[in-house]
Amino acid sequence: MLKAAGIKSGRMDELFMGIPHGLRARSFDIPEGRSEFDVERYLKSLGNKNLTDLVYFVGGGFYDHYIPAAIDALVSRSEFYTAYTPYQPEASQGTLQAIYEYQSCICRLTGMEVSNASLYDGGTALYEAVMMAIRITGRNKVIMDGGVSPIYRKMVRSYTSNLSIAFVEVPVSHGQSNRNELDKYIDGETAAVILQNPNFFGAIDDHTDISEKCHKAGALMIESVYPVSLGMLKTPREMGADITTGEGQSLGIPLSFGGPYLGFIGVLKQYARKMPGRIVGVTEDSVGRRGFVLTLQTREQHIRREKATSNICSNQALCALRALIFMSLLGNEGLKGLAEICRDKAEFTKSRLEGIKGVEVMKSAPTFNEFTVKLPKDANEVIGKLLDKGIAAGFPLGRYYPEMDNYLLVAVTEKRTKHDITRFADALEDALWN
Amino acid sequence: MELIFEISKKGKKGFSLPTRDVPEASSLPGKYLRNGDTGLPELSEPEVVRHFTNLSRMNFGVDSHFYPLGSCTMKYNPKFLEKIAQLECFSSVHPLQPQLIKGGILTQGSLEVIYNLENLLSEITGMDAFTTQPMAGAHGELTGVMLMAAYHRHKGNKRKYILIPDSGHGTNPASAAIAGYEIKTVKSNEKGVLDMIELKKALSEETAGLMITCPNTLGIFEPAIKEISDLVHGVGALMYYDGANMNAILGKARPGDLGFDIVHLNLHKTFATPHGGGGPGAGPVGVKKELEEFLPTSRVVKRKDGTFFLEYDKPLSIGYISQFYGNYSVLLKAYAYILLLGKEGLIEVSENAVLNANYIKARLKAHYEIPCPDGCLHEFVISARKQAEKGVHAIDIAKALIDRGIHPPTVYFPLNVKEAIMIEPTETESRETLDRFIAIMIELAELAEKDPESFKAFPRTTPVGRLDEVKAAKDMDLAYL
Repeated sequence: MLKAAGIKSGRMDELFMGIPHGLRARSFDIPEGRSEFDVERYLKSLGNKNLTDLVYFVGGGFYDHYIPAAIDALVSRSEFYTAYTPYQPEASQGTLQAIYEYQSCICRLTGMEVSNASLYDGGTALYEAVMMAIRITGRNKVIMDGGVSPIYRKMVRSYTSNLSIAFVEVPVSHGQSNRNELDKYIDGETAAVILQNPNFFGAIDDHTDISEKCHKAGALMIESVYPVSLGMLKTPREMGADITTGEGQSLGIPLSFGGPYLGFIGVLKQYARKMPGRIVGVTEDSVGRRGFVLTLQTREQHIRREKATSNICSNQALCALRALIFMSLLGNEGLKGLAEICRDKAEFTKSRLEGIKGVEVMKSAPTFNEFTVKLPKDANEVIGKLLDKGIAAGFPLGRYYPEMDNYLLVAVTEKRTKHDITRFADALEDALWN
Repeated sequence: MELIFEISKKGKKGFSLPTRDVPEASSLPGKYLRNGDTGLPELSEPEVVRHFTNLSRMNFGVDSHFYPLGSCTMKYNPKFLEKIAQLECFSSVHPLQPQLIKGGILTQGSLEVIYNLENLLSEITGMDAFTTQPMAGAHGELTGVMLMAAYHRHKGNKRKYILIPDSGHGTNPASAAIAGYEIKTVKSNEKGVLDMIELKKALSEETAGLMITCPNTLGIFEPAIKEISDLVHGVGALMYYDGANMNAILGKARPGDLGFDIVHLNLHKTFATPHGGGGPGAGPVGVKKELEEFLPTSRVVKRKDGTFFLEYDKPLSIGYISQFYGNYSVLLKAYAYILLLGKEGLIEVSENAVLNANYIKARLKAHYEIPCPDGCLHEFVISARKQAEKGVHAIDIAKALIDRGIHPPTVYFPLNVKEAIMIEPTETESRETLDRFIAIMIELAELAEKDPESFKAFPRTTPVGRLDEVKAAKDMDLAYL
């Protein structure tokens, strides 16, 4: 084969003649290969160093929902997972139709008119939304509500640190967006106001009044949302949002130590051409059969190079497929039921926790499946004690809000049974008072 | 095929909620509730399963078809990697778990995987430190350019431009522009490599860095790469290595030894993690010592006692570019792949990838114009210019290949070759597969001579024929509402 490849010497090294000798690798100190069995045994020994089998009351934007078995079965079809980005539409109708259906589900769920094929995660989706608002308005002031996930806020700032964008952060008041303060900053220079519902503290809000103020000032409203909550809560469109984004992990994607996840974005149709990322549209072939293609590609990097709307050229297609299958299995009734049961369990948890001496459940705003609790002690200390009993009690808010060392953010999904919740409440009481 | 919404029927669902073992909560005030239904499709589980199984059958994937898509490294992904990614001891871990009590003691195994993978990637590329956070190649590029910006800002350098060869990937200029830089394109010469005179002209004290793919998109190793890096460093600028083509040089050459300061790798290319129909991938970034302090937050650090923790206190870091530690399960797959293959296995990857590319190139020489006819590394570009004179363009050859059960190579890229067809067979294909592909390519070259008109009808075997892309852009039917 070497000879047929034009290698006269018949030696493998001749293939690499183009690499000058002085530039060859100085070292390549990699361990020798091992069998599947050996590698699996080794990796399991590493995995077993993780503390698993915890009962999670930790959320913070990433939730321990049940994943229907059909999702894993279907995404294991290698026709899906070993394909590339669908550049050749005739050989990729499966991926393309699935993306179109995913875009449709995101639009239906959020009430928006156009979605793309997905982005990396909730944080990068929010960053892309900010850049989009700046392109649309030609302005560079961005107001961030203090209820937006601190992780997202940090990401947006990191990405834009080399650009001249003026950020204003407005802390929440009584758990919800602080209207008086926001009013002071929304003006003719404002590109966008970023809000989140439910917010990081779990509070639900109705941001309709804020979108009206934004629009009066010629600014856009960006609403980051938790998709499962939309089985019940007012949609970003109903609140007047121009762009909505979110983390899609809760739609059938495993927690998997932070990824891969799914960023989604939904916009009004008038902004479709300013939206980043892949978009699939409907068309037909010469005999009128319906087909799907990547479209509006003149926005994209492989054509526009440095003038593209974004540098993103992939998406999280397989994660979007998971989300689509999740939404298809649950359907309208299933998602509604899931939202209800999550909230019911959270409300039940609240009622159990507030019976404990010294524990105060924050009640200034209604909540969905996550809420803030004030403890009589440092939250980290309490979390440590409950971990010993196999319970991850929640997220310590002091991690991102230094004045909130005694506050715990508690999330409850449909997977937490009454028994789990009772055990949690008992363990918390025990940790505080025994 | 019908859309899932077209087979939906009110009241159906394919999911059973867990038993309600708590009382119903009082409902929320109406102003917080959505009006009306979500409109999500309503089907039984078997209907959902059949729908998606049938959709999958309309796709070409590496498991079903030869997929010589240039620049994309569509190699076989060992099934073992999927098994590893699904191990519950990794897949069930909440990303905030390390933050619950100090020190990440609850997730030592997951952190050790990241730490070990970073070290292996550093050795493979000759760099000093890696971050696993970027979630795709383009994301790695953006991270890399942000690192450049942080470095120059810290040094007090005022830099405006990033230089990119005309053969570079389209993501390079897009990433650099989005990070706030202006782009200067540097021409390649007739041999397909960077023109040194052009480079010297473009370089100045305002240059932040050069982004380059090596071997380049023509599959050619830049012979003067050391001189190039000396020139770039001479003006205080940095060298960025686009690792899309790393599959060509494993164990043969390392970007770190060639003078590169920043490199991104595509784990979904070289390190066999599947492409997923367009993601999730992973684009980890490696740097030399002088850039380490700018890497994204957080970093996995090993303590003296052998335990691992996440370091968040990094004052010079570019900050958060990912929510957590990157596309973790993809990282786990790449780690398993490197352990499985080991040193010799990785070297063989590149040897066989390069051999396969040269084999096809040599056999197609007589039938297609080849702009750089000498040896290549893992991929090469042919031109359909000869065929185009008869009216058969690169896209027509691509569509004809689909009918013959082969996913087409990349077409019309790189931009500096007319009617480009970019072929990357990868190392995992057998000689029999390559021979079949060669025979088909020769048959198509002959058909282009004899019956060029026939190409217009391809593809004929797919669920749809050639699609009207103009209509899609005009109609903008982007969602079924």
